Amino acid sequence: MNMDELLKQTGSWLAPGADTGIVVSSRIRLARNLRSTPFPGWGGEDECERIWTQLKPIFEDMPAFRGGLLLHMAELDELDKHILFERHLISREQAEKGRGSGLVASSDETLAIMVNEEDHFRLQAIRPGLDLSRTWVSVNHVDDLIEQKVSYAFSTRLGYLTACPTNVGTGMRASVMLHVPGLVLMNEINPIVKGMGKIGLAVRGLWGEGTEATGNMFQVSNQISLGEKEESILSNLEQIVLEIVEHEKNARTRLLERKDAVLRDHVGRAYGILSNAHILTSREALDLLSGLRLGIDLGILGRMNRYVIDELLLLTQPGHLQKVMNKKLKPKDRDIARAMLVRKKLAEAAGQAPKSAEEKDE
Amino acid sequence: MQCESCKEREATVHLTQVVEGTVTKVHLCETCAAKSGLDVQSPMSITDILLGMGTKGTSARPDADLACPHCKMKRSDFKKSGRLGCPSCYESFAGELLPLIKVMHRSDQHIGKIPSREGIRVRMSAEIAVLQQALDNAVALEHYEEAARLRDQIQQCRQRASADKGESVS
Repeated sequence: MNMDELLKQTGSWLAPGADTGIVVSSRIRLARNLRSTPFPGWGGEDECERIWTQLKPIFEDMPAFRGGLLLHMAELDELDKHILFERHLISREQAEKGRGSGLVASSDETLAIMVNEEDHFRLQAIRPGLDLSRTWVSVNHVDDLIEQKVSYAFSTRLGYLTACPTNVGTGMRASVMLHVPGLVLMNEINPIVKGMGKIGLAVRGLWGEGTEATGNMFQVSNQISLGEKEESILSNLEQIVLEIVEHEKNARTRLLERKDAVLRDHVGRAYGILSNAHILTSREALDLLSGLRLGIDLGILGRMNRYVIDELLLLTQPGHLQKVMNKKLKPKDRDIARAMLVRKKLAEAAGQAPKSAEEKDE
Repeated sequence: MQCESCKEREATVHLTQVVEGTVTKVHLCETCAAKSGLDVQSPMSITDILLGMGTKGTSARPDADLACPHCKMKRSDFKKSGRLGCPSCYESFAGELLPLIKVMHRSDQHIGKIPSREGIRVRMSAEIAVLQQALDNAVALEHYEEAARLRDQIQQCRQRASADKGESVS
């Protein structure tokens, strides 16, 4: 598979039909390193290159990655890296890397390994909706397979040894992506975000560390990786996520009961602007698409399919947008192209479900 | 939802505590939360603690700039980047790292997954420790036959462990 083939599909976390209303996706990553080998950041590019060359045949042999991606960062241009980042296949840090760093991914993008990012291996499994236990099974299996081929840096006391002590122990970071417009509209999100820090969980934006929570999307993840079993970290996270989901449902019910007009106005305006705008920034698009998503969940937006919206969430990102338009665009031109794409997709979706326009007016 | 304390205002502070698998929930209004000493405005994250490390002059002793014998990373390098040089750095900087790790993770003992090839070594070294203790006891009691048997068993464990990895168990 190459980059062009990758773009024909819409990403692992956007599976049509999955129950992804409030919980968008579940992701688990494991940090692993080679024994007696300097970590990538300290070892330098030559050392990384040696490791990449040594590991490549191992990945090529693994059935899970057959027909998938095997990419060397040095051979990718900026746009390709940006696209991989937008698809959650590589981190911002990995996008900065060149020689000796790489990406291995299964053809359906549910499994990926970043090689020589901060650690030698960053194994990742991702699934739509709330599905931490199956996500764990997938990533744990890949870990077992790699471990048959290499010796990991491991200590009886501190577990898996990682470049940053924040990941030591299980090396595991599990994160759940949530879409919580109800809590945001009811002004109830801030106490929840603040409370998370107190129970050892971190809250981040859509694209991970240091990103803003645009489009009412938040990622909740464990901070503590040592002194607990993987299964108990995951079940604690799941309990908290289920609780946030309850709060969100509750907020949506109250919105419908007490602020019905405000809610319909919010959704209707989002639809109106997205269907008619000629200039859309990425931030505005995400926020308005979140409004449509909420409208679909609450059944106040006719028969539009949420999948159309989720696809747009990805396609309106700068990297994907430029790839779709097949040219490099300045931010200003991107905003115009983005608006055009959104108008087109929404018109198509309305055409598929002809009643949606009337139902919306009722 | 009503505040559990004053039973008047709307509860906006929802606290959930997970202690060894038991979940406790408290729902309070902001006023009552503040009264009970909960500072809802300033959460402290692990990363803050770690990032704070580089700036605080806790070890501004240039003469004591310890280096990892395996990868040559210096303590000052680690303080700058917050990233270690190699797996052995955990031993080289143990004096500083272990307390830090304990603060970050509220623990300093891994109880999760063990690599299966590691499993034998780890299990063997635990077994050797038990046998060694029994051997010491046997020698002290002058039970030399028993001691010889234990010594052979320890030898077997060492062989199994080193055969597994081609490395010796220390």
